[in-house]
Order: sequence, then C-alpha cells, then structure tokens
Amino acid sequence: MRAYDIVIIGGGPAGLAAAISAKKSGVDSVLILERDKELGGILNQCIHNGFGLHTFKEELTGPEYAGRFIDQAKELNIEYKLNTMVMDISPQKVVTAMNREEGLFEIQAKAVVLAMGCRERSRGALNIPGYRPAGIFSAGTAQRLVNIEGYMPGREVVILGSGDIGLIMARRMTFEGAKVKVVAELMPYSGGLKRNIVQCLDDYDIPLKLSHTVVDIKGKERLEGITLAQVDSHGKPIPGTEEEYSCDTLLLSVGLIPENEISRGMGVDMNPVTSGPKVNESLETNIEGVFACGNVLHVHDLVDFVSEEAGTAGRNAAEYVKQGEAHRQGGKEIKMNPVEGVRYTVPGTINVDRMDENLTVRFRVGGVYKNCYISAYFDDERVIHRKRPVVAPGEMEEIKLTKEQLLKYPDLQTITVKIEEA
Amino acid sequence: MEERKLTCIGCPMGCPLTVVMNGEEVVSVTGNTCKRGDVYARKEVTNPTRIVTSTVRVSGGSIDMVSVKTKEDIPKGKIFECVKALKGIEVPAPVHIGDVILENVADTGVDIVATKNVE
Repeated sequence: MRAYDIVIIGGGPAGLAAAISAKKSGVDSVLILERDKELGGILNQCIHNGFGLHTFKEELTGPEYAGRFIDQAKELNIEYKLNTMVMDISPQKVVTAMNREEGLFEIQAKAVVLAMGCRERSRGALNIPGYRPAGIFSAGTAQRLVNIEGYMPGREVVILGSGDIGLIMARRMTFEGAKVKVVAELMPYSGGLKRNIVQCLDDYDIPLKLSHTVVDIKGKERLEGITLAQVDSHGKPIPGTEEEYSCDTLLLSVGLIPENEISRGMGVDMNPVTSGPKVNESLETNIEGVFACGNVLHVHDLVDFVSEEAGTAGRNAAEYVKQGEAHRQGGKEIKMNPVEGVRYTVPGTINVDRMDENLTVRFRVGGVYKNCYISAYFDDERVIHRKRPVVAPGEMEEIKLTKEQLLKYPDLQTITVKIEEA
Repeated sequence: MEERKLTCIGCPMGCPLTVVMNGEEVVSVTGNTCKRGDVYARKEVTNPTRIVTSTVRVSGGSIDMVSVKTKEDIPKGKIFECVKALKGIEVPAPVHIGDVILENVADTGVDIVATKNVE
C-alpha cells in the first residue's frame, strides 16, 4: 500500500492552505486528493472580487485568490491527484480513493486533514409544494453553468434565499441579460454580507423581500412562475399576502451543508449545530491525527478565514506527524460553552498546554443584535467584554485568546461565550 | 443640508454610514469604524465606482470560459456598457492571470484583464 505522512481530502482553499502550511512546517510527504479536474475548489466559479482583503491586503477575484495558493503549492512541489474521489477513510487512516487512471486504490496516512467543503441545501430540504419542472437550480449550480460552462440557465429569474451566492448570482444574471425580479428571504434579515446586498441588489434596483417565501411552483415541463407569500414570525405563510411572479428560473440560495459523509463513516464526532466535526484547539477531531478545516468544519463567509484556519490545521497535522504519541499527552481540557445568542464555537475544547500563543475562537450568533457586547466568562469571571455595533447570523464573529491569559487561570474549567445586550 | 445613509462596503463589517451633504459638498461622515469608511462614503456620494467582473469565451482551452475583471474600478454608470462590450469576445488559449483581454473598455481608460489561467 502507498503511504503518505499527510493526506488532505479536498484541493479547495482549505486543502491548499493546509497542504502549504504542513509542507512549510517540515513534513515533505503531503498528498492532496481533489475530485474536480482542477485545484481551487469553489473559488474557480466565484469570479467576483472581494477575496483576500485580510490575507493579501488587496481585493482579488476567486480564481486569482485560488491561483496564488495553487502557485505556492506547485512551488513547494506538493503532490496532488485530480479527478480523484475519496470513497472512505478507515479509523486507522487508510484512505480508499478512485480515479480513471488508477482505479480503486488505498493510501495509508499518518495524519488526515478533512477539507471537503460543503454543498448547497436543495429544494428537497425545503418542501416547496408544486410541480417539479426544469428551471429550478441551486444558486451555485447556476454559477457554475454561467461562469465555467458558459450556459445561461434562464431569462426571468426569482431567487429564494439571500445567502451570498444568491446575491452574487442576482448581479451575475443581470449582467448576462436576465431580469432578476425579486430576491425573497424567509428570515426577517438577510443571510448574506452587507456589501453584497449593496453591490448586487441595491445597485441594480433588485428588490429584497424579507419574511417572504415561495409557496407554489407553476409549470410542468419548464418553470412558468412562482407564488410568493409573506410569512409570520414562525415562518408560516400569511393567507392573503400571495403575489404571483412569472419566471422561467428559480435559484435557491438557502444554506450550505458541510460534506461530512466520509468523516461520519470513519467515526468522527459531529457537532449537530455546525454539521461539522467537533474539534479541539489544534482543529483535531476525536480521532487523533485527523484534523478538519474550512467549510467542512463550519461554513465560513470569508475565504481569508478559511485559509488561516486551514493553515493552523496543516501545521498541527505536521506537528502530529513529527511528534507522534507525544502530541496528545499532558494538559487539561477547557470546555467552550456557547450560550445566549452564540450558537457554537470552533474549537469546542482548548488544551492550554498544546495551544499556540494565540488562538482565534470563531462562532456565529443566532439572531441580529444591535449595540451588544460579545462576552467571555472564564468560569464566573467576565474576562472579555467587547462592544459591537451589530452582529448578525450571516457574519462570523471571533474572540482572541492567548496562552498567557489562560495560564493565569490554572483551575479554569469552562469558557462561556455569550451575547450581552447593552 | 441633506443626509444620505450608506452601507460601507470597504470590508465585510458593513458599517452603517451617515453622510451629511451641503449641495455637492460633503460636510461630515459618521458611523464608520475605520478610515476606509470615510473614503468610501465621500467617493460614493460624489463619484461612485465599481470593479466589474464577468467571463468571456476561450477557444482551444481546457475549459470554455475565462473569468475577467476591470483592472481598476470604473464609474458605476458605465457598468452595463462595459458588460455589453464583453459580449461576443473570444480569446485563444492559453490565457494567464493579468493578460489584457480588451483595452480601454467603454472609454473608461481601464483595461479588461483575465483573472484565471486557462491552458
């Protein structure tokens, strides 16, 4: 059986950054397995700009951002296999994969980095009534058709869901000559970034209807129209508020789901809130030597943070390979406790002995809070109390912890993170 | 005095900005949390610009489309002219990041450049 020190599952932004950082940390035997025909993952179809403000201090398009990491990976002679699908990973880290050239094959890894990303929630998950005609796409599928394959999915468009991909596609379809009639959002706030609402909807006078959803789909062969209705505070359609829209295309931008079939198959413990693995400060799962980063861990809105997080996972995977058993020993675990508005934290536990000097804890909030504080309690003592003019579910938040700070609390059991109203 | 409300797009923070104008003159910008917000607000109310991104066809390459952008931002009012100018353009592979695809798009003085390598 072939053997590599570190096998990275996925060659998107997370996998690339993990591989680069692992190699730079002194592990030479690194292999990326990618199912698409090129490296770069979803960035290849994200042709809009706005990537890299944190990493490179300039605004790049998705392919340019990916290009910088691909160039680095190639300069470092990192091995990769394209068109290769990973089928299974055993708890002993035997990776089973297949491609057209080599058929089915196995690779023994010392460490594995899970970087498979996420996929889009589909119509089936929403239970929209009505026929099932052609013309209903997930926003990301439409994005791939337009930007990579060069096909236009349709001419008169309604978008359900105001996630970033939906907003971006509203502008993209407008550029390609389509009429985007409305973007409807079930929630009373948008799930997308503010900048995208301004630049993709407001700039083109595309209306955003909050607290609205699609209640009927018309057309048998091809989509002919949809019915939109306002919803109450429980998300139930309000009778009498129905509006008809004629359209040949409905794009769904209704959320992303981390792709963790392989993780579950190998016995990785999952966090039901993120649908991603539970990880510690090293971004290591409950299976030692198995790390996770990027959208497979929790869905990000900024690729810069994916790259940073994946760099940490790659570095820790390299440390694990170099230190072996010693890696896991010693230290006690502090539990992260997300409550009151904070839905989850990544990581979920912190081992002070093993943590780096600085640790970023990332999380999402459950609602929109204005003039609030992000607070962290070390057991009962409030240590962090940071004012924020606004926090929203669409934008990931963070707190920074230092090793020095945590060492001052030798008996610390739990760090509680919450949103406190002013 | 006129008041204009904007959302800053300088970064994902999306600060809510309030610009007080006296005719064409900006009197004050508030709500920003960094310098970029101030710069953005002053520009947005006097000379709004955008980077435009799109795709053009590529022949003989590993894929059929190559992504492109305006090398710098162009006036907001020129966006559709710019997009129209890209219709029907086809470039031969290979194309590399930064290659000029179209010069001086829509008379803006700004070039369209490739943002992806297509071999």
